[in-house]
Amino acid sequence: MKTAVVIFPGSNCDRDVICAVRETLGREVIPLWHRETALPAGTDLVILPGGFSFGDYLRSGAMAARSPVMEAVVAHGKKGGLLLGICNGFQVLTESRLLPGALLPNDSLVFHCSPCHLRVERTDTPFTNSFTPRQIVQFPIAHGEGRYFLFPDELRALEDRLGVVFRYSTPSGEISGEANPNGSVNNIAGIISEGGNILGLMPHPERVSESILGGEDGRIFWKSILSFFEKGGKSNGL
Amino acid sequence: MTWRIEVFIQLKEGVLDTQGKAVEHSLVSLGHTGLKRVKVGKYIQLWVDAPSADQARAEAEKMCADLLVNEIIEGYTLEVEAE
Repeated sequence: MKTAVVIFPGSNCDRDVICAVRETLGREVIPLWHRETALPAGTDLVILPGGFSFGDYLRSGAMAARSPVMEAVVAHGKKGGLLLGICNGFQVLTESRLLPGALLPNDSLVFHCSPCHLRVERTDTPFTNSFTPRQIVQFPIAHGEGRYFLFPDELRALEDRLGVVFRYSTPSGEISGEANPNGSVNNIAGIISEGGNILGLMPHPERVSESILGGEDGRIFWKSILSFFEKGGKSNGL
Repeated sequence: MTWRIEVFIQLKEGVLDTQGKAVEHSLVSLGHTGLKRVKVGKYIQLWVDAPSADQARAEAEKMCADLLVNEIIEGYTLEVEAE
């Protein structure tokens, strides 16, 4: 399993992600500058990390989505390659139209940086197969623009195809307004593409991948991906 | 010929405008009690060389589609004038 982590100007979670994947899985991780036009040969997983690419100017993720490397990233995703966007990376995926919807400023107008409970809604994806159904996990959030938005018809279509993978919840697993940190529709924290190979989420699994960081729930996330490949899963990327 | 193009971008109806809400609350608290609603958008100016106003407009519309506007959540209008 070979992972490429794309670095945009203003990315600031790239090293955390590289460290989490290397330490947790002991597999090869290649940093990839956004001006590159091809992925390293044999890349199985591409990760777009968190941060404030291009200063979040215009709209968060907008400029990064038009970076030179994105042509290869989009091709990888469209061919069925595993593609993961965390926080700003999720914003880049929606701006690239690889995932539906948009991420808008939090309804509170406050930047939220805190631990956060999530309910795992799907355990049949390459990213979540090692969680138990409806498991409650704690991944931290750190964003000012995490309010996931879709107009009602498209939201219904997303829910109907079971595209929601993570929802903000209370510690006991209730999906309520009180558990929703940013005003996201239906408490949505993470969604997956129809093909099941492209995942975007606002919370940060890489920040809970070692107990010294305050939690290890993120390890289950990384181990799911490794397990997917070990069980013969194919990333049909370039 | 150089054309100056003004791009006005607004969130679509149905998308919560958090900035507008915050500005609205602030203005009401300053005593502007007749205020009904505030919407905050973006204003972008472009200077484009093109043979005609129509071609300048077409180029600006392409820039909006390529980057400046996210049509999922935003709408826009353009005004073109000779520089």
